[in-house]
Formats: sequence, structure tokens, C-alpha cells
Amino acid sequence: MKFGIVVNEGPYTHEASDTAYQFSKAALEKGHEVLRVFFYHDGVNNGTRLTTPPQDDRHITNRWSELAEQHGLDLVVCIAAAQRRGIVDPDEAKRQGKDANNIASGFRISGLGQLIEVGIQADRLMVFGD
Amino acid sequence: MEEGGSSGGVTKKFMYINRRAPYGTIYALEGLEVVLIGAAFEQDVSMVFLDDGVFQLKKGQNTEEAEMKNFSPAYRALAMYDVEKLYVEKESMEQRGLTADDLIVPVEILSTSELADLMEQQDVILEY
Repeated sequence: MKFGIVVNEGPYTHEASDTAYQFSKAALEKGHEVLRVFFYHDGVNNGTRLTTPPQDDRHITNRWSELAEQHGLDLVVCIAAAQRRGIVDPDEAKRQGKDANNIASGFRISGLGQLIEVGIQADRLMVFGD
Repeated sequence: MEEGGSSGGVTKKFMYINRRAPYGTIYALEGLEVVLIGAAFEQDVSMVFLDDGVFQLKKGQNTEEAEMKNFSPAYRALAMYDVEKLYVEKESMEQRGLTADDLIVPVEILSTSELADLMEQQDVILEY
């Protein structure tokens, strides 16, 4: 089956990102496809490489990056939601005149069209978080 | 997998469910942004307003003192985006003391069970 995944909450406050990750990982291990993971609302905060949890805790951002690397997962952060919350890639930093970027490895910033598109292409769109 | 309005000729039933008050959280505003962008994909779109989401359509919103952007006029622009199926849950509306006259756009008012039937027919449901 082809899944699209939507993550609507940031890391740690809510468990939504953890559940989405566990679901994606399990689906991939069972031989399903995950066409895209789309991060919206506070979910964009999953995509900052500056995340530094205590060492004995799970590293939510790195875990997504690693899953992306292993499976060629497409991790998309919504640009409009990202701009509001200060999630920036090198192109955006240049375009907006910012002095830094913070996008994590394996994530990319793109538009809401990517959410609609995966809704069309996937057999099931799974939404995690409020 | 490129950005753009390409749907590959596929038309799905997309339902956007709004169940939160317009202010207090960003969900209503960001939910509306999805609908407006999604319109370019020419899908079969409907919007549902239930629970406190019915307040999103209330006439006369004034957000000046709260220093929030009043985005309610955008609901009137939905028709220009060919988003014309707007449903309000009767029970939610009545529990909040509202009538169809209180709303800024014409809507179809459905009961909980009618809405449930409609939800059953959808391919994609996004709730905000």
C-alpha cells in the first residue's frame, strides 16, 4: 500500500511525531511505500537540526533523518508554516536575508501543494497530531 | 513528485473539517491555507464546520484589540476558488446559539448523521 503521512505537532510536547515515525518505520519494514511525510503546523519543528534532547532520550529529528537516509523518504516541511516558526533552509535564508539556517538532514522545505499531491497519490493519507 | 497543481488526472474527494474556534490556535488559519492552495489541484472539495469550528464563519469578527489578523473575509472568497460545498453541523450551530443568518457565507446545514454519511464517502479527510 502507498501511504502519505502528515505530522501536525512538534517533537516532544506531543507524541504525534513519535507515532508517525513508528508507523512509517513499521510500514516500510512490511514492504509498504511511504510516498512522503509532510510536516505542518508545529510539526515543522521536527525539522530543525538544532534539536538537542538529553542523551538518554530519543532524538526525534535525527531519527527521521536516519529513516529518510535508509529508505529515501521524502520529508517535506511546509514553507508557510516553517517561515512563521523559524525553520529555514539555505535557500530560504538567502531569500529572506537570514544569518543562518537550521534545516535537518533529509528534510526539505516546500509548499502545501506537496500535501495535496500526496493526498491524491497515496492509497491512505495518515494524519498524526491535532 | 514536483511542486505544482498536477493531479495526474485523478480526482479524489477531499474533505476539510474545521472544528476549532478561529482564534486561540492557528489551526483554523493554517487549515484555510491548505484549502486555498489545494484548490489549484481541481479535486472534489468540501469543507465542514463543526464543534467550535462554526465560529469561524460568524459574522462581525473583530480581532483588532487582540492584534490577530481577521481572516474571516477569506471564507467569502472560497467560491472564487470553486470551493462551494460548505457544510455546517446543525447540532454544533444550535448548541452555540447560532443560526444560518449569523454566518458570513451561505452553507448547507446537515445533521450529525448526515455528515457522518458524507464523511464515509470521502477519500481524504484533513481535520483542523
